[in-house]
Amino acid sequence: MELFIFYAFAAVMIGSALAVITVRNPVIAVLFLVLTFFTSAAIWMLMEAEFLALTLILVYVGAVMVLFLFVVMMLDINISVLREGFVKNLYVGIPVALIIVAELITVVGVKNFGFEKFAAPVPHGPDYSNTKEIGRVLYTDYVYAFELAAVVLLVAIIAAIALTMRRRPDSKYQDPAKQVLVQRKDRIRMVRMAAEKKKSD
Amino acid sequence: MQITLKIVAIVVPIMLSVAYLTLAERKVIGYIQVRIGPNRVGPRGLLQPIADGIKLAFKEIILPTNANLFLFVLAPILVLAPALAAWAVVPFDEGMVLADIDAGLLYILALTSVGVYGVIIAGWASNSKYAFLGALRSSAQVVSYEIAMGFALVVVLMAAGSLNLQDIVLAQKGELGFINWFWIPLLPMFLVYFISGVAETNRAPFDVAEGESEIVAGFHVEYSGMTFAVFFLAEYANMILISILTAVMFMGGWLSPFEGIPGLGAMFDWVPGIVWLLLKTAFLLFLFLWFRATFPRYRYDQIMRLGWKVFIPVTIVWIVVTGVFVLGNIPPWFD
Repeated sequence: MELFIFYAFAAVMIGSALAVITVRNPVIAVLFLVLTFFTSAAIWMLMEAEFLALTLILVYVGAVMVLFLFVVMMLDINISVLREGFVKNLYVGIPVALIIVAELITVVGVKNFGFEKFAAPVPHGPDYSNTKEIGRVLYTDYVYAFELAAVVLLVAIIAAIALTMRRRPDSKYQDPAKQVLVQRKDRIRMVRMAAEKKKSD
Repeated sequence: MQITLKIVAIVVPIMLSVAYLTLAERKVIGYIQVRIGPNRVGPRGLLQPIADGIKLAFKEIILPTNANLFLFVLAPILVLAPALAAWAVVPFDEGMVLADIDAGLLYILALTSVGVYGVIIAGWASNSKYAFLGALRSSAQVVSYEIAMGFALVVVLMAAGSLNLQDIVLAQKGELGFINWFWIPLLPMFLVYFISGVAETNRAPFDVAEGESEIVAGFHVEYSGMTFAVFFLAEYANMILISILTAVMFMGGWLSPFEGIPGLGAMFDWVPGIVWLLLKTAFLLFLFLWFRATFPRYRYDQIMRLGWKVFIPVTIVWIVVTGVFVLGNIPPWFD
């Protein structure tokens, strides 16, 4: 049963990953990427890594890809223009691709792959909690790396905000704090004037 | 086999409650506006939801031209499926839960964040400007409020020391009944979570995604008949889900409010836990309806301001405050 689930999800994952780079419509490509993330989360779940699986869905599927989709939907991408140079540049592209593949094979090597290198994961008992395990490792063995990553992220956040923060003198906005403090007397001036005499005709 | 029965025992009551929540909404808002609401179908209008359901089921499903048909039909399913799947980890009573998993809170967060895809896909696949605008508004809103919601849940998990929803309820058990629940030490989070829940389900006063006065009905303007009904079902199922989760995380779940109080506690011992949970959920659902009848719709920039500039800073401050509470073993919650 577990094997069947694994192969089913793996097949969907490879199929959708291929679809990401082959479909013509960019929005559909992003949706296939979402499907790829989802199925890989399911495979992580099979490996009892429930924390990582759920975080993948929460962060990548739930937030990052939504914003991605947002941007891709707003862009007016014309596929036929993008594909115009495809055949023309093929004679450069194919050798480059072959060189990269050759380099990857020499660096990584075929000897590192194969079934004998990867033993089937041993299932843990019902008391095993992957969430606790990750927390323990992150805050003990890898605490410096973890804190460093957090600082780098913080710097990135501040840099992103600083880059986009600019005063635009022509933009109008309200200050809600002032708005809620407004009283009737600030806005309305009561005018008392004598009643005019009715015209007698 | 047994698990199928359990799923049916959860889904069928949800669907019935969704149907009758629509009636309750119309009745409650009716009485708030000094009308009586639906009263023609069946005794006191009680069969109205069934009549509505039959009507929607037999209506024609209109497929817009140049729409992406596969995604157009998939979108309502993508909205409803996570809204129902999240119920798997909701504990109705001690041990009364479909899947008692350790990462329950994370699972809920992950699934509620997936629901936004249905809305975006619906808006995009409809090939309509109104639908697209509604989808953009909705996705921006949901993503913003998810952050505040997530932080509120981080505070809950700090207070309870567990991601398991059953353990979260049991952590609120104590000698003082309802004073032991997390709504007192986590009061700002309780409010942030529930208000974010209202925003997350795109309900009034945060219903700019629908905005019937500006963009006619937002992302589901092109949907008709049963496809529209599925969006409707999902919205109400999400409302019930948010209410029951708020009850579980901040209002003691199935615990009796009088537990441990001399005299009163023993008097209500015979009430099963699930009744308390459903009463709390019903109260929170009433708040949803009350909001809708009371508040005018938020302006879009003010929704964003509330989410990013008010709720997120409040939650971050409360993470620190709760840390102090937990480390200081403040009685009666954290001793």
